[in-house]
Amino acid sequence: MAATEKEIVDGLAEIVNEIAGIPVEDVQLDKSFTDDLDVDSLSMVEVVVAAEERFDVKIPDDDVKDLKTVGDATKYILEHQA
Amino acid sequence: MAKIKPSQGAAYARIMGVGGYRPTRVVPNEVILEKIDSSDEWIRSRSGISTRHWASPEETVSAMSVEAAGKAIADSGIRAEQIGAVIVSTVSHFKQTPAIATEIADKLGTGRPAAFDISAGCAGFGYGLTLAKGMVIDGSAEYALVIGVERLSDLTDFEDRSTAFLFGDGAGAVVVGPAKEPAIGPTVWGSEGDKSETIKQTDSWEAYRNGRPEKFPALTQEGQAVFRWAVFEMAKVAQQALDAAGITADELDVFIPHQANMRIIDSMVKTLKLPEHVTVARDVETTGNTSAASIPLAMERLLATGEAKSGDTALVIGFGAGLVYAATVVTLP
Ligand SMILES: CC(C)(COP(=O)(O)OP(=O)(O)OC[C@H]1O[C@@H](n2cnc3c(N)ncnc32)[C@H](O)[C@@H]1OP(=O)(O)O)[C@@H](O)C(=O)NCCC(=O)NCCS
Repeated sequence: MAATEKEIVDGLAEIVNEIAGIPVEDVQLDKSFTDDLDVDSLSMVEVVVAAEERFDVKIPDDDVKDLKTVGDATKYILEHQA
Repeated sequence: MAKIKPSQGAAYARIMGVGGYRPTRVVPNEVILEKIDSSDEWIRSRSGISTRHWASPEETVSAMSVEAAGKAIADSGIRAEQIGAVIVSTVSHFKQTPAIATEIADKLGTGRPAAFDISAGCAGFGYGLTLAKGMVIDGSAEYALVIGVERLSDLTDFEDRSTAFLFGDGAGAVVVGPAKEPAIGPTVWGSEGDKSETIKQTDSWEAYRNGRPEKFPALTQEGQAVFRWAVFEMAKVAQQALDAAGITADELDVFIPHQANMRIIDSMVKTLKLPEHVTVARDVETTGNTSAASIPLAMERLLATGEAKSGDTALVIGFGAGLVYAATVVTLP
């Protein structure tokens, strides 16, 4: 079953918490991964792979650079999930 | 039909000794920063590398190999003349013929062993080890020498900010010989030629000779694609090698992945869920990425510092340009 926007944000929050140690409540739609959440370009690769597994989506390397904020990633997953 | 006698080898093979050579010149990040717009902090946080060794003109592929192999032979307790095969893995020896292995074999005083070079990038050590094990068990060599050696500084574009800080030079070697118990597990290896463009030499020698690229060819890579592949696909291969050897993560003492980037190492450790007690090689910090040399160099250092000890069970995995990979479980010498 496709995940809702809230489920995706909650899931991303858990992933970011696991990878970068950021408190889950800090992970909000408007937050930038690199500027606000201490997720650098390599951690972002880890976040993406974890999100792919969790939400059953494929996020090619070329699309990763467009996912600047939690909102961008959430929208991408909503639109591409199987 | 005439009957052919089968070859007769040892029941099992083991690594009997290890040796390494690190060039004298230590190069800190400050030197890298003279040519690229970056910072010590960025390089450390993205790669974990603080220093690497660069070879001088005298520290040739041959000279470094002879030093490392000499130590490995001494460590193994055999004499050089007993060695029946010399396998040299390198991508940075700039003369294709003859193989550098024959010169190295001669300088070591080995007699007349089979000697040849292989090219398997950062998986070169595992490829060589697998060949050596096969020879010992097959009987085509009682003892085989495997050398991983690189002068990657010769293939580095010091103005390329995505690679200038990554590579280093050095040589590592092991002697493989007969064993009464299994001490080198099944190798899980392979290639993914559809990804051959992700790590490569920028231009061919032929193109360079014809004056097409002005810059000397250098190593280049799609950093994030390689990172993703290394962290997730290679963790699966590492797990397969453990399974093939019938070893659980709990039984493992040491993890020696190819020393490409500390971030890859840390991430693999997490993905593999390695328990706290497993010693992890983190030689990349002061050695950089030395491709085929990285695993034996890291192995030697762990044994020298006492972080690992003889008889420990170690998982080794190499991966790199090709793309190619090789993983196996070994008992440390
Ligand atoms: C090389 C590697 C460290 C680069 O890291 P990366 O995060 O992929 O770097 P990117 O090129 O995507 O750049 C990310 C950001 O850092 C910047 N940057 C790149 N190189 C930089 C440098 N040397 N110093 C400072 N900043 C740099 C970029 O400009 C970019 O900034 P922006 O987001 O503001 O545009 C990394 O990709 C890596 O190690 N991959 C694995 C490679 C490997 O080990 N290969 C061998 C396997 S055998």
